[in-house]
Amino acid sequence: MQWFLDASTTGHKFALMVFAILLFAAVMGLILFAVDRPKRVPNWVVAAGFVGPTLLLLGVGLVYPAVETVRGSFYNRDGSEFVGLDNYATVFSEDNFQRVLLNTFLWVVLVPLLTTGLGLVYAYLVDRTRFEKLAKALVFLPLAISMVGASVIWKFVYEYRPDQPGVRQIGLLNQLLVLIGVEPQQFLLNWPSNTFYLIVVMIWIQAGFAMTVLSAAIKAIPDDVVEAARLDGVGGVQMFRYVTVPSIRPALVVVLTTVAITTLKVFDVVRTMTGGQFGTSVVANEFYTQAFRQFNFGLGAALAVLLFVLVIPIIAYNVRQLRLAEEIR
Amino acid sequence: MTTTTPVMAPVPPDERRLTRSERRAVAAKNKLSSPAASIIALVIAVLWTVPTLGLLITSFRPELDIRRSGWWSFFTDPQFTLDNYNEVLYGGGTNFAALFVNSLVITLPAVVIPISLALLAAYAFAWIKFPGRNILFVAVFALQVVPIQVTLIPLLSLYVDTGLAGSFWTIWLSHSIFALPLAIFLLHNFMKEIPASLVEAARMDGAGHVKIFFQVLLPLLTPAIAAFSVFQFLWVWNDLLVALTFAGGAPDVVPLTVRVAELAGTRGSDWFLLAAGAFVSMVLPLIVFLSLQRYFVRGLLAGSVKG
Repeated sequence: MQWFLDASTTGHKFALMVFAILLFAAVMGLILFAVDRPKRVPNWVVAAGFVGPTLLLLGVGLVYPAVETVRGSFYNRDGSEFVGLDNYATVFSEDNFQRVLLNTFLWVVLVPLLTTGLGLVYAYLVDRTRFEKLAKALVFLPLAISMVGASVIWKFVYEYRPDQPGVRQIGLLNQLLVLIGVEPQQFLLNWPSNTFYLIVVMIWIQAGFAMTVLSAAIKAIPDDVVEAARLDGVGGVQMFRYVTVPSIRPALVVVLTTVAITTLKVFDVVRTMTGGQFGTSVVANEFYTQAFRQFNFGLGAALAVLLFVLVIPIIAYNVRQLRLAEEIR
Repeated sequence: MTTTTPVMAPVPPDERRLTRSERRAVAAKNKLSSPAASIIALVIAVLWTVPTLGLLITSFRPELDIRRSGWWSFFTDPQFTLDNYNEVLYGGGTNFAALFVNSLVITLPAVVIPISLALLAAYAFAWIKFPGRNILFVAVFALQVVPIQVTLIPLLSLYVDTGLAGSFWTIWLSHSIFALPLAIFLLHNFMKEIPASLVEAARMDGAGHVKIFFQVLLPLLTPAIAAFSVFQFLWVWNDLLVALTFAGGAPDVVPLTVRVAELAGTRGSDWFLLAAGAFVSMVLPLIVFLSLQRYFVRGLLAGSVKG
């Protein structure tokens, strides 16, 4: 039994991996074989073979835990005592949690707007130019690497060395400050500015997503619309403002809401760059800290539920906009 | 006269197509030839490249140089070494070579299993008529909104109770479960696009659902499967939250991301380790992304625009 749980050598790990995949294939194969065998088997039996395993996994791994978490948010730190809304009261009344909420608000407002704006302008500017492919790949690349990797890259940009004779700055941003004669800064230490420096990292990561989706939308604008506007003498900034932007409105909404949801759940950037210290924590990071570092399961559960509740209006807005777009069509 | 007719005929449409695309190209050229526009585009491109370049150069500089001067000194005083990579990959304190194996062992099943399950489920939702099908599909679709944070605490205690905690199984299972709602939704969209007549014809020939799934639909879905595989691969390889929660304390299981994030916290000024370590964790996603970019973009667009 232990062989299947603890693998410490490379060979053992790969063997376990192959075993897991084969086990999965064998189980699924058996199920499909069983529902396919008898002739004239009712449809629902076949369907159960196809979707049963999925529904079982979703039930045990998603629905049950979500319900459990909502229940747990009304209990104390180890789940032994019912405390009503106390955990929620803590989140909304205590000073350090209010700062967490404020930070989260800043993230969710600034990141989607700036990301979408930058992605849109860039997609518009490089559209159908000679360098389009390369220009887009450069901005897209941060999306392929992990948020952890991106955070390390930017931590190095923000790196600070004491301002003493003989000590040279090794962080790019502080070096630039020194070049223009400003004292080097500890970018990540002081609230609230440190939150803005972290937000920059998230924008840097997400801009590629916005650019790709919006670029596809721009290319889908019918030629005759652009043509007609040009014949009317519309050009440059006006073309962007009155033709491009209104034509891709549905794509803009999708990008804004998708980035907002991703941002709401952002954890990796804060965790890697500051660990939530210096007043930079956000709801998703505070959830991890409370649940798995402070072992306050009640409070952690309340923060997770809060995250869930905050996602809902964004999705509702998205669905409403999609409906409207379909009605117009 | 006989020679002019075939030459004349194709010219007008050809010419029209040319001028139209040309006009757009000219317009694009005008756009970038305005100095402000090209400067904005250039500044964005530089801002998105230089930070990564800086860390990449740093990862190849000797430790002492990294401490004493910025990476831009490399251009005036090029010093090149592979020591940082050697240390981070095989050094006792870091041993990233073993972590690379962990990441790989985590990722492959976490891509194969959810995609296979989602394909089967999507097929049932698209092509098998059974009672409650629509309600179930909407329910699965709606599960996309559940943030994974909501599931982590109960899942961890579930894993502890079943004795799986701290093994690869917890991560394989978790990633498979979390990927299912989006995967089913996307693959269902692709499946619906396949003409019903094709499935009907196979059914007329006496093929059962299992046969139709494997012989008719699967070959047609290859591009969709590739798109989602790339997407899921990058997602799992780059994940921090799930790995940290379920394997944070198990050195034989932790993937690269967890250790890189940890290093950034505990040895935040050891840039020779951090720079090389970060690039060890990024090299595979970069290769996958650069070679399969087409599929990744397609997956991304299907996931967002289709909504």
